[in-house]
Amino acid sequence: MKIKFHHILIGLFLAASGCKKDNYDAPTSRLSGRLVYKGEAINVEYNAVPYQIYQPGFATKSAIQGTFDPDGNYAQLLFDGTYKFTIPANQGPFMWKELPAGTRDSLTVNLKGSQTVDIEVTPYYLVQNAKFAATGRKVTATFDIQKVITDANAKNIDHVYLYVNKTQFVSGGYRLGDGDPPSIAGSAITGMNNLSLSFDVPNIVPTQNYVFARVGLKIAGVEDLIFSPVSKVTLQ
Amino acid sequence: MKKTTIISTFALLLVTGACKKDSAFLDVPPKQVVTSDVAFSDPNLVLSILADLYNRVYDFSGLDNGWASFADFSESFPSENGSYYIVQRTGWDFGSWGTWDYKYVRDLNLFIERATAATKLTDAQKNQFIAEGRFLRAQYYFELVKRMGGVPLITKSLTYDFSGNVEALQIPRAKESEVYDFIISEAEAIKGLLPVNVSEKSRATPAAVLAMESRAALYAASIAKYGATTPQVSLPGGEVGIPASSATGYYTKALAAAKEIISGTAGNYSLYKQLPDLSDNFANLFLDKSSSESIWVEDFKANGGKTHGFTTNDQPFSISDEGLDAGRLNPSLNLVEAFEKLDNSYAPMATKDGAGDPIYYTDQLDMFAGRDARLAGTVLLPNGLFKGKRTEVYAGYQLGNGTVISSSDATITQDVPGLGKVQVVGKDGPVNGAEFRTQTGFYIRKYLDPTVGSGRRGRGSDVNFIRYRYAEVLLNAAEADAELGNYAEASGYINQVRLRAGLTTPLVLTAANYFDRIVHERRVELAFEGHTLFDMKRWRIADAVWDGNSMSVADLVANIGKATKRSTQPFGLWPYKYYNPGNANNGKWIFKETKPSPVTGSNRFLLGNYYSRIGDDVIAANPKIVKQPNQ
Repeated sequence: MKIKFHHILIGLFLAASGCKKDNYDAPTSRLSGRLVYKGEAINVEYNAVPYQIYQPGFATKSAIQGTFDPDGNYAQLLFDGTYKFTIPANQGPFMWKELPAGTRDSLTVNLKGSQTVDIEVTPYYLVQNAKFAATGRKVTATFDIQKVITDANAKNIDHVYLYVNKTQFVSGGYRLGDGDPPSIAGSAITGMNNLSLSFDVPNIVPTQNYVFARVGLKIAGVEDLIFSPVSKVTLQ
Repeated sequence: MKKTTIISTFALLLVTGACKKDSAFLDVPPKQVVTSDVAFSDPNLVLSILADLYNRVYDFSGLDNGWASFADFSESFPSENGSYYIVQRTGWDFGSWGTWDYKYVRDLNLFIERATAATKLTDAQKNQFIAEGRFLRAQYYFELVKRMGGVPLITKSLTYDFSGNVEALQIPRAKESEVYDFIISEAEAIKGLLPVNVSEKSRATPAAVLAMESRAALYAASIAKYGATTPQVSLPGGEVGIPASSATGYYTKALAAAKEIISGTAGNYSLYKQLPDLSDNFANLFLDKSSSESIWVEDFKANGGKTHGFTTNDQPFSISDEGLDAGRLNPSLNLVEAFEKLDNSYAPMATKDGAGDPIYYTDQLDMFAGRDARLAGTVLLPNGLFKGKRTEVYAGYQLGNGTVISSSDATITQDVPGLGKVQVVGKDGPVNGAEFRTQTGFYIRKYLDPTVGSGRRGRGSDVNFIRYRYAEVLLNAAEADAELGNYAEASGYINQVRLRAGLTTPLVLTAANYFDRIVHERRVELAFEGHTLFDMKRWRIADAVWDGNSMSVADLVANIGKATKRSTQPFGLWPYKYYNPGNANNGKWIFKETKPSPVTGSNRFLLGNYYSRIGDDVIAANPKIVKQPNQ
C-alpha cells in the first residue's frame, strides 16, 4: 500500500490520542530526613543499614525498602498517606526500641506533601572531633570516642579502623589498600580521647592529589559500624 | 409421495440419533489425562512419575545447573565477560540461594498418598515407591532447611474447601530443629524398606538414605554448637537456631548413621582405588559410573537426551572441541595452595627464595610436586594433560633485567631481543580480561570428561554428578567423632581419606587442631561439590572467611590451613618464561601470585546472609511466616 497524506494524518491522530493519561501520577511527596542522636548526625556505611516503610491497612503487607546514605540521610518519594517507618532487627550501630512481643517499634508518619522526619536513635558509641591531616602521603586521623549507652545494654569496642578511599564512599568494602586496614583493638584502648591512626596512601591510578577518609568504630557483637563524617584530605 | 417417504425416514433417523443420553454424549473421558488410579495400577507408570520427581531434585552446584553454580566463593575465577560480576560484587543479596518450591513438596505428598492408596501394586512395589517418595521429600526438606532454616513442615497434601477462609492452609514455620528431626526420623523409618544394591546409584538405596541422615544430623549438630558464636543469627521461636544442648545428640546420630554405612550393612561401599597414579585415580572417581565410592548420583546419558555442558564450558581453550567455547571455571590459587605437602604441612606455593629472588623451575609441574595428589586430580595444572594434549599456560617472557614482555593474545607476537617476533603468551592464557581461557593459571579437572566429543555442544557430556559419596561419609564420621571427643577414632576415619590422596603419614587429631583440620579436609576433598557455602554457614565462620576486606599477596600466603583464613578474592599463579641467554636458568619458569584485574570486589558475608530471605509474596500470602533474622 502506498502511504498517502491521510494515512499519516490517521497515524498522528492515533499517536496523539494515545497520549491520554492511562496511569496514576507518579508519587510526589518526598519523605526525607536523617539519623540523629541529640542533633548529631549518625554516619553509617554506604548501602549497609536498611530501613523499611510500611503502609498499614492493606491486605498484603510488604515494605518499601531503602538504605541510609553514608551521612545518615534517607529520602523516598511516596504517595500521601499514613506510613510506618522501622529498621529491621539487628541493623545499625544503634539501639532501636523493641516491643515486648519481639517485634520492632515503628514510627508513624502522616504524609501530606513533602516532609522531613529525622530518626532519633541511640548509638552505642560516637566518634567525635575527628580531624584528618596529611604529611606527604601519610594520612593521620585523631579523634575522640564517646560511649553513649552505659547501662546493661552497653557493648564493648571491637576495633576502631581508619578507612581511606579515592571517592566519597569510604568503608571496609570501599577503600584503598589490601588486607586489614589500620586499626586499634578495643582491648588496647585506655583513654577515649586523642586516639590516633595513620595510613600510607598507595599510588592511585589515575593520579589524584586528594583522598577521602573517615574513622569507623566496630562494636563487639554488632555488625554495622558507626563512622565519623567523611573528610576530604589533600595530599602534599 | 416418494419424496415424503425419504424425508420422513431421514427425520426419523435424526430424531432417534438424538435420543442418546446427554451424559453419554458429553462425558467423554479425556484421552490425554491419565487418572491417578490408572497411573498407580502399573509399576512402570509409577516409575515414570517417580522419574520426574527424581529429575526435580534440587542441587546447589550441579552439572546441569550451569558452570557458574561452581564459580563463587573465591574458590575459582569466572573467565567469561558476562560473569565477572561474581568477582566484582561486594557481597550477596539476602535472597541469594533461596528456594521455596512447595509445588514439589505437594507433588511428593500426592505421590506418597496415591502410592499408599494403590490397590493393584504388590506390597513390595508399594513399599519401595513410598520409601523413594519419602526419601525425595526428606531430601528437599534438607535443601530447604539448609537455606531457609525452619520452614512449614507439610507432610500431607492440603485441600482447599472453597469456604473463603484460607487459615487452615496457612501453616507457620516449624523450628529449625524440628525440620532436621523430621529428616532424621524419615531416614530411620525408610532405610529398611529399600533393597541394598551397591550398583544402584541414581535411585534411593539404604546407603543414600543413611548418607543424607548423617549429613543432616551433622549440620544440625554444628548449628547447635557453633550457633553460639553468632547469637544474632537466631529467632526467639526457634525457626532459626538450635539450642546448644542438643549438639551432642545430633553428633551421636550423625556418627551412628555414618558407621552404619562404613560397617557395610547398607552395602559394600569403599574408597575408589583403581589406578596406580593417585591423581588420575581421584579424577577418575568422578568419571567412573560404576565406582564403589559413589552412593547417590544424578545420572546423565550421552545421545540419550540427558547431558550437560560442563566439559564444553570448562575445557582448556587450546584443546577445545568447540572453538571459542571453553575455559570458564578457573580454580583459584586460594584453593590450590590449600592442598598440603606430603608431610602434612601447609606451605604457600614457592615462588621466591629467602632472599626474595624468584625460584626457577625446569617444568611448570615441578612447582606442584610433592603435594596432596588431590591437587592434580581436582585442578588441571599448567602443562597438565587432558585428552592427550598438554595445556600451554604462560603470561609472558621475563628477561634478565626484570623486564616482562607480554601481549594480549597468543596470536599477537612481540619482539623479544635475540629471538625476533615470537609468541609471548600461552594459547591457554593467562591474560587479564581474556575470556574463555584461564586467568588464574588453572583449569578445572574434576568432572572434566575426556571422552571423544564430550566438549561439543551438540553431544555434551554425561559425567555423573555425585551427591553423596563414601569419602564424605568418612569425613562426617571423623567430624562427629572428634566433636564427641573420640580423637583417636576420628583420626582413623580422616586418615583413610588422606591415605587415598597419598598422604601416608597418619594425622593425629587433637582437641587443639581437629576443627581446622576437618574444615580443611572437607575443603580440599569436596571442592566444587556444592559443600563450601553450607559448610561455612553451619560452622558459622562464613562471616569471618568472607569478611569484605580486600586481599594482598601477604594475606594470601599467611595462615594457610586455618579455618577462618580470609578468602574474599580469587588469586592466580601466573607462570613466566625466563629468557636470559647464557644464564643457567635460561628457559626455565618462574611464577608470580597475581590478582586477575577483573577482581575488583571482595566478598562480604553479612549476618543476614546466613538464612535466605523469604519472599514478601510468601509472607503476604501467609502472615504466620516470621521473617529471617537480620533482614
